[in-house]
Amino acid sequence: MAAHSRLNDSHAAEVAHQFEDPEQQREADSLGMWTFLVTEIMFFGALFAAYVIYRSLHPAAFEAGSHLLEVKFGATNTAVLIGSSLTMVLAIYAAQTGKSKSTIITFLVLTMLLGAAFIGIKLHFEWFHDYAEGLVPGLNFDLAKYGSGVELFMVFYFFMTGLHALHMVIGLGILTVLVVMTARGRFSPRYYAPLDISGLYWHFVDIIWIFLFPLLYLIGGRYTHGGR
Amino acid sequence: MSTAPHVPPGSQVNYLNATYGIKSWLLTTDHKRIALLYLGSITLMFFVGGAAAVLMRLHLIEPQGALVQPETYNKLFSIHGIVMVFFFLVPSIPATLGNFLVPMMIGARDLAFPRINLLSWYIYITGALLVLYAIITGGVDTGWTFYTPYSSTYAHTHVIAAAVGIFITGFSSILTGLNFIVTIHKMRAPGMTWFRMPLFLWAMYATSVIFILGTPVIAITLFLLGLERIFHVGIFDPAIGGDPLLFQHLFWFYSHPAVYIMILPGMGVISELVTCFSRKRIFGYSFIAFSSMAIAVLSFLVWGHHMFVTGQSIYAGLIFSVLSFLVAIPSAVKVFNWTATLYKGSISYAAPMLYALGFIGLFTMGGLTGLFLASLATDVHLNGTYFIVAHFHYIMVGGAVMAYLGGIHFWWPKITGRLYPDLWARIAAVIIFFGFNLTFFPQFMLGYLGMPRRYAVYPAEFQVLNVMSSAGASILGIGYLIPLIYLIWSMRYGPIAGPNPWGAKGLEWETPSPPPTENFEEIPVVTEEPYNYPGTEVPVRG
Amino acid sequence: MSEHVVPIKTYLAVFVALILLTALTTGVAYIDLGPFNTVAALAIAVTKMLLVVLFFMHVKYSSGVTKIVIVAGIFWLAILITLTMADEMTRNWTPDPRPWSSPSLLLPFVSKFL
Repeated sequence: MAAHSRLNDSHAAEVAHQFEDPEQQREADSLGMWTFLVTEIMFFGALFAAYVIYRSLHPAAFEAGSHLLEVKFGATNTAVLIGSSLTMVLAIYAAQTGKSKSTIITFLVLTMLLGAAFIGIKLHFEWFHDYAEGLVPGLNFDLAKYGSGVELFMVFYFFMTGLHALHMVIGLGILTVLVVMTARGRFSPRYYAPLDISGLYWHFVDIIWIFLFPLLYLIGGRYTHGGR
Repeated sequence: MSTAPHVPPGSQVNYLNATYGIKSWLLTTDHKRIALLYLGSITLMFFVGGAAAVLMRLHLIEPQGALVQPETYNKLFSIHGIVMVFFFLVPSIPATLGNFLVPMMIGARDLAFPRINLLSWYIYITGALLVLYAIITGGVDTGWTFYTPYSSTYAHTHVIAAAVGIFITGFSSILTGLNFIVTIHKMRAPGMTWFRMPLFLWAMYATSVIFILGTPVIAITLFLLGLERIFHVGIFDPAIGGDPLLFQHLFWFYSHPAVYIMILPGMGVISELVTCFSRKRIFGYSFIAFSSMAIAVLSFLVWGHHMFVTGQSIYAGLIFSVLSFLVAIPSAVKVFNWTATLYKGSISYAAPMLYALGFIGLFTMGGLTGLFLASLATDVHLNGTYFIVAHFHYIMVGGAVMAYLGGIHFWWPKITGRLYPDLWARIAAVIIFFGFNLTFFPQFMLGYLGMPRRYAVYPAEFQVLNVMSSAGASILGIGYLIPLIYLIWSMRYGPIAGPNPWGAKGLEWETPSPPPTENFEEIPVVTEEPYNYPGTEVPVRG
Repeated sequence: MSEHVVPIKTYLAVFVALILLTALTTGVAYIDLGPFNTVAALAIAVTKMLLVVLFFMHVKYSSGVTKIVIVAGIFWLAILITLTMADEMTRNWTPDPRPWSSPSLLLPFVSKFL
């Protein structure tokens, strides 16, 4: 019969009834999250495909659009997200090695703060600024000033970074749930699967940005106008 | 034999009566109950899509249209396509038979993620309600293909509601596919190697691969379409350098594999039916298993054949044409193997077998006519005509729907614990076969003669064939209603079924009918090859 | 996911490498390398992705199935990009067709035998 969670051992692995043992459950959870991430690869990937195609068809216009983005914010945000991935793995490490709840929570909260910082920098320094400059298609894009090619670039820019930010916000929600679960003592060296698979999601969102940054901000080089 | 213990007859507790009340159904995580929730919902959607078809065929009795305005006709074929593709065919076998059978065939207690399974049904319902809302408040007239710029810029119908509904339901498919992949990888019973799995499971696995890799692309495509419609600017907008054909690329990247989502499960069912009703081990098990995977892979390489005449480059057309010929091969491999299974088999003609035999013939016709369309030169003549309509209906209706009905009839005793009247079932199968051919064979001729599809009016010389097609449609409609009646009747009044009324091989037949909630008292240990019918046993390999 | 516990030192080393690569890709963008700017940017991005996948996501210590799943996802994206590009990039390759010219005097005679 399937293993029951031992009520008198609060650190026992919790095995759902459809699984035979904790190992099977762990493997199933992992494969499930990776399969989901493959769907995310195709989801974002279709946008990347469209972007790559138009970039090849309209190189000058896309370079001009790219140069309207500020590298320093993109680069800073990249570092911020990489840092948040580090704090995320450290949270999992803390759970794996039986560290205290507050240690795990500290790293989770740091991850959330860095994620929030990413969104804050994007919103305040980039998107609000772009709006002020008349760069938002569908809202106030200044066609006469920038041209239709730049508008196409900006459609991609806002949609791709917007979709990415949405995934980050969802990630923040997941992290909140993890903080609550940790505070309730749900995790131990024997059971930390939700932390692990949420970590996979978080790192995936980081990887999307790792590609978005060069594709949107750097492709074509920044040496022509010296960049912004 | 497996080691499932004998359950005494008259044992009453099963997944249907274990708990009562609407909450126990709406909050169930039992894959078998979820399968029934899906069964009810997709049957409803089938009749919604069918109603649109009935109205279309009635309208087409007259060359100038007998029933509706052209604008309404556009909405009818759009609704028919959207509902039938996304809300009936795509989920049909996977979400009903797949959900019910995958854990049982694999020797597990449930799928890997039962709560996600339930979530997938709620997501399906949400999307379906949104599309029903779009239909009731005026419909959508872009065709199920939503081509831009009409859908993004010019249509005045409920494009966004329909697109969002499909977008949402797409996640239902993704979650189902995810569940199946993890279950098949990680939860096979001891002794069940990949090559001891029933072929239905191979088909479900291949279908799930397509769910996972294809559905996200149409999700993002519809999302982009919605944004372009709302903000009046987008990446398909030629005014800013966009390419309307890119929409078609992204749309068909999913929608072509989607047609394989619709047929692969049916092929899996047919493999099960043919072997049982020939009393013979399936011929070429590994060929059928590998051909399912080959179809899943190749299906992603051919989408451009939908765009031969819409402006795609001729060089891309050449590539897609060659690849489209290739994708026919694994399907043909299956037909050969089923036929070889029938050869010298001890064949019986119960209703499921009638559907299976019908499938083999009609699918072959549909598949062969696909080759006419894969060939660039002939496609120029046939594209946009009723030839295409007939081609895909032979596969989708003559193939997928008949396989679906065959599967429902085959596993009905297991699902409900009841038998249905076999005479009526066979009568219905014959009526459906006859009605189907009368509906769609004339359409091959209409297409060849040049009648365009999606037109509300047509030249008078095509009327005879159109009337034949409409007559067939009414017969087909009656044919579909008959099983609805006797199957529902059987749930209350049908004779009690034993564990294995067909004498079939497979772990699901070693449980009581209906099965208990946990499927198996003890997880079975598999020691023999699949389909080991007497006289055709294969010795255990390794 | 695995039970394997990756040492903190490894995580910190990967973190430092990722930061350095970010600085590198940013800096390289300001140097004129012609078409190799794109190649460099993508190569660095792929390297960073591999570091995150192998170490932060533990794929280095994971089963073969996980690796196949990831490769399949990337391969399928490549199919989408490649075959769509095959159309978009070759649209203008077809030369303008020659205008129809009337058949020669011989053709009506020859066509009787065709």
